[in-house]
Amino acid sequence: MTATAPANKKVGWSVINLIVILYALIPVLWIVSLSFKTADTISDGNFIPRSWTWSNYAQIFQIDLFTSALRNSIGIAIISTVIAVVIGTMAAYAIARLDFPGKKALVGVSLLIAMFPQISLVSPLFDIERAVGLFDTWPGLILPYITFALPLAIYTLSAFFREIPWELEKAAKMDGATPLQAFRSVIVPLAAPGVFTTAILVFIFCWNDFLFAVSLTSTSRSQTATVAISQFTGASQFAEPTGSIAAAAVLLTIPIIIFVLFFQRRIVAGLTSGAVKG
Amino acid sequence: MTLDSGALAEATTKEPPAHRAGKIPLSEGKKAERRLGLWLCAPAAIIMVAVTAYPIIYAIWLSLQRYDLRFPAEREFAGLSNYGAVLSSGYWWQAFLITVIITVVSVAIEFVLGLALALVMHRTIVGRGLTRTVVLIPYGIVTVVAAFSWQFAWTPDKGYLAAMLSDGSAPLTGQTSAIAIIILAEVWKTTPFMALLLMAGLALVPDDLLKAAQVDGAGPWQRLTQIILPMMKPAILVALLFRTLDAFRVFDNIYILTQGSNGTGSVSMLGYDNLFKAFNLGIGSAISVLIFIAVALIALLFIKLFGASAPGSEPAGKR
Repeated sequence: MTATAPANKKVGWSVINLIVILYALIPVLWIVSLSFKTADTISDGNFIPRSWTWSNYAQIFQIDLFTSALRNSIGIAIISTVIAVVIGTMAAYAIARLDFPGKKALVGVSLLIAMFPQISLVSPLFDIERAVGLFDTWPGLILPYITFALPLAIYTLSAFFREIPWELEKAAKMDGATPLQAFRSVIVPLAAPGVFTTAILVFIFCWNDFLFAVSLTSTSRSQTATVAISQFTGASQFAEPTGSIAAAAVLLTIPIIIFVLFFQRRIVAGLTSGAVKG
Repeated sequence: MTLDSGALAEATTKEPPAHRAGKIPLSEGKKAERRLGLWLCAPAAIIMVAVTAYPIIYAIWLSLQRYDLRFPAEREFAGLSNYGAVLSSGYWWQAFLITVIITVVSVAIEFVLGLALALVMHRTIVGRGLTRTVVLIPYGIVTVVAAFSWQFAWTPDKGYLAAMLSDGSAPLTGQTSAIAIIILAEVWKTTPFMALLLMAGLALVPDDLLKAAQVDGAGPWQRLTQIILPMMKPAILVALLFRTLDAFRVFDNIYILTQGSNGTGSVSMLGYDNLFKAFNLGIGSAISVLIFIAVALIALLFIKLFGASAPGSEPAGKR
C-alpha cells in the first residue's frame, strides 16, 4: 500500500468506499426525502421526491406535543451530560491517578452497569418514581441517564487521563499546590479535549434513549422527542403522519450530523480508547 | 474494555513497591490522597448504586408479590408464583427464542461486516477521513429515527424497498420477514460501532509481521486467519461481549417496526407490555429479574471465554 499504488488499485478502493458510504447514507437520505415530499406524493414510493415542500417542517412546529418534547429532550440531555461528565471526570481522575481503597470495586460496578439490561429497571423505577413523585419529571429521567452514562464517561475519561503528562502535576505539587489545586489548575485544562469528547458521547447516548423515556414519562411535562415521534398521529386527525414523523426525525438527526462532521476524529478516538457503548 | 494494554502495563510498573508491603504507616500525603480518591469517586458510586442496585433488589421483592396496578388492594405476597406463571407461559419462551435469534444472527452478521468495514477503514488509500466520518452516522443516529426510516421503506406502496417486492407483499406483517427487517435495522445501526472496536484491535497488528508473512508466501486469507484474527482476539471478544449484551436488550427497533405483533416481540418488549398494557407489576418484575439473570449468564459465559483478559480482571492490573 505505497504512495505509488497503481491507478486501478485506487479505483478499486474508491468503489469499496463508495459502497460503504452508500450503506451508511441511504436510510438517512430516505427519511430526508420523505420529509420534503408533499402530502399527495408521500406515498408514491419514489426514493427522490417528485415535488418538494417545507410544509412538513412548518407543520411539526405547530404540534405542541413536539415543541415541548424537543425542549425536554434538549434540556434533559444537556443537564444529564453536564452532571455525568463532571462526576465522571472526578471518578476517572481518581481511578487513573490516585491510590485508594475501593477503586477496583468502582471499576467493577461501572462495568456491571455497562452490561445491565435497562428493561430490568423499568418496572421497579416506574413504581419507585411514582411513589416519590419523580415520575414524569425531568429529574426522573436525568437520574437513570446519568447512571448509564457514567460507565461510558469513566472509561473514556480514564483512558484519556492516562495519556496526560503527569510530570506537570508533580511540578505543581512541588511548587506547593495541594492535590486538589493540582487537579484544578494543571490537569483540568490538559484534560479538556478528553472531557469534551466524552461529553459528545454522553450527549448522543442521552439523546438516543427511548426505553426510559417511554416508560418514565406520560405527559408533555417531560416526554422527550423520541417518544413524541413514536406517538405522532399527524398535525390534524385527517393528516398522514408520515411527513411529520420524517421531518421530526430529520431534526433529531441534525445534532448528530454536526457532531460527526466536526468531531469525527475525537469520536473515533473516544470510542476506541475506552468506550463501552454510546 | 480499554484496549490499550500499553498504558495498562505502564500503570502497573509505575506503582511503587512500598504500597505492596502495606505495613508501613501511611504518610500524611498518602492519607490525603486516599481521602481525595474516595471523595472524588463517591458521587459516581452513590448514583450508580442507588439507581441500579436498589431498584433491582426492589424488583426481586416486587416479583414475589401479586401486584396488579388495576387492583392495588389485592396486593399480597405470592412466593414464586409469578416466576411459575412466566416460565410456564408460551409468551415468555416465544419472546426468549426471538430475542436469542435476533441476538445471534445480528451479532454474527455484524462481526463479519464489521471486520470487513474495519479492514476497509484501516487499509483504504483513498477517502479515509470521509469513510470514517460517514460510518459514524449510523452509530450516532437516534435508533427510533432509523427504525422509522426502515419502517417506511418496507411499507407497501410508500417505501422504496417495498416497491422492489412483488405486489401485495407486506414484509412487516409476516413473522420471518419482520424479524429479518428487525435484524437488518440492528445490523445497519451497530456495525460501525463493531467496526471501530475491531479497528482498534487491527491497529495493534504490526505491519512488519504481515509483510514478513507475505514474503514467506502467505496469501491474504492465510494472513487474516493465521495472524490478524489471533492477534485481535482481545478486541474481538470485547466487541462481541458488548454487542451481544446490547442486542439482547433489543427494544427500540421492535417497538417502532412491529410493536411486537405477529410473534416478533423480544423479552424487553414483553416486560414493557406487561407493565404498560397488562399493568401487572408483579409479573413485569419477575420478567425483569429473569432478563437480568439471562444477561448475567451471558456475561459469565463470555468472561469464562476471555480467561485472563476479561475486562473484570483488568482493574487489578490498572491499580
